[in-house]
Amino acid sequence: MLSALVQTPLFGITLTLVVYEVASLIYRRWSLALLNPVILTAGFIIFLLKSLHIPYADYAAGGDMLLFLLGPAVVALGLPLYQRRAEIISRLFPTMCGVTVGALTSILSATAILMLFGSSKALILSMAPKSVTTPIAIGISAKIGGIVPLTAAIVVITGCFGGMVGPAFCRVLRIRDPFAVGLAMGTAAHGLGTGRMLEIDRFGGAMAGLAIGLNGVVTAAIMPFFVALLS
Amino acid sequence: MLRGMAILLGLQLVGELITYVLKLPLPGSVVGMLLLLAGLRGGILRVDWVKEAAELLLRNLSLLFVPAGVGVIVYAGLIAQHWLPLTVAATVSTLAVLATTGWSAQWLARKHSCKRGK
Repeated sequence: MLSALVQTPLFGITLTLVVYEVASLIYRRWSLALLNPVILTAGFIIFLLKSLHIPYADYAAGGDMLLFLLGPAVVALGLPLYQRRAEIISRLFPTMCGVTVGALTSILSATAILMLFGSSKALILSMAPKSVTTPIAIGISAKIGGIVPLTAAIVVITGCFGGMVGPAFCRVLRIRDPFAVGLAMGTAAHGLGTGRMLEIDRFGGAMAGLAIGLNGVVTAAIMPFFVALLS
Repeated sequence: MLRGMAILLGLQLVGELITYVLKLPLPGSVVGMLLLLAGLRGGILRVDWVKEAAELLLRNLSLLFVPAGVGVIVYAGLIAQHWLPLTVAATVSTLAVLATTGWSAQWLARKHSCKRGK
């Protein structure tokens, strides 16, 4: 009876919503970047599944339904883009430059660090699209010969980290213009950076959303050159 | 609300179709985002049709990533094998991207608005 209940989507969805609600309360109460609700919730659910020996597939029955909503949510980013279109058009050049510089930095810095560790080429290729949104990153990884599941995991970890420390790190670097912070958050930490940015500043959130798409295109475009350089 | 959801899902579907037919290296949702922008701009779609559904999804965007975060456990073994290089590369590189994108965008935006005498 109980295991049958756990296998219904009801379990995964309810568990996620309840834990996320509690995590958000904790985050609002202490307001520490380290208490990022996404990491807190995912961490707690992993702990729960492991300790109660619930298979991941059971959780995914509901979890995948929430994940599905990411699609229309990305489409919805078109709305803030439309509402702030005048400001975006006037900053088209800085936007394109910022995203391109970020895409190059992401690929080259990750590769340089992995080379210092003497990592394998498969690992380097899996890591290269790490700042790009999951569906694009997976496509790129498969195309260039990376380990696709590893890429998916790295992308989520990168997003969590960027979403968590991004705003504070930008403050330290004196990047204060919400336009620039948003663009950096979207370029470095895709949807998770955008989600965090939307909580802070709506225009910055719209820029982050735009950066997800642009970084995806730019990274996909430069990847063949990078792979040719590597071999 | 329902109309908004129908429009958002419909645009994603059209986006998937476009990426499939044109073999674009992009997810359909990103193309859908551009289609929504174009539709609103062209006056085919109205803001109040999509506003409610879009706001609900965007306000809770972070929540939707929780299942992806939990999904990392499936690859725990693979990650554990290479945890040190992966952690260092992911964190340092992410900070580097935040710095280069943020600085260059802020600097260029300032220079740009100075030139136009704002």
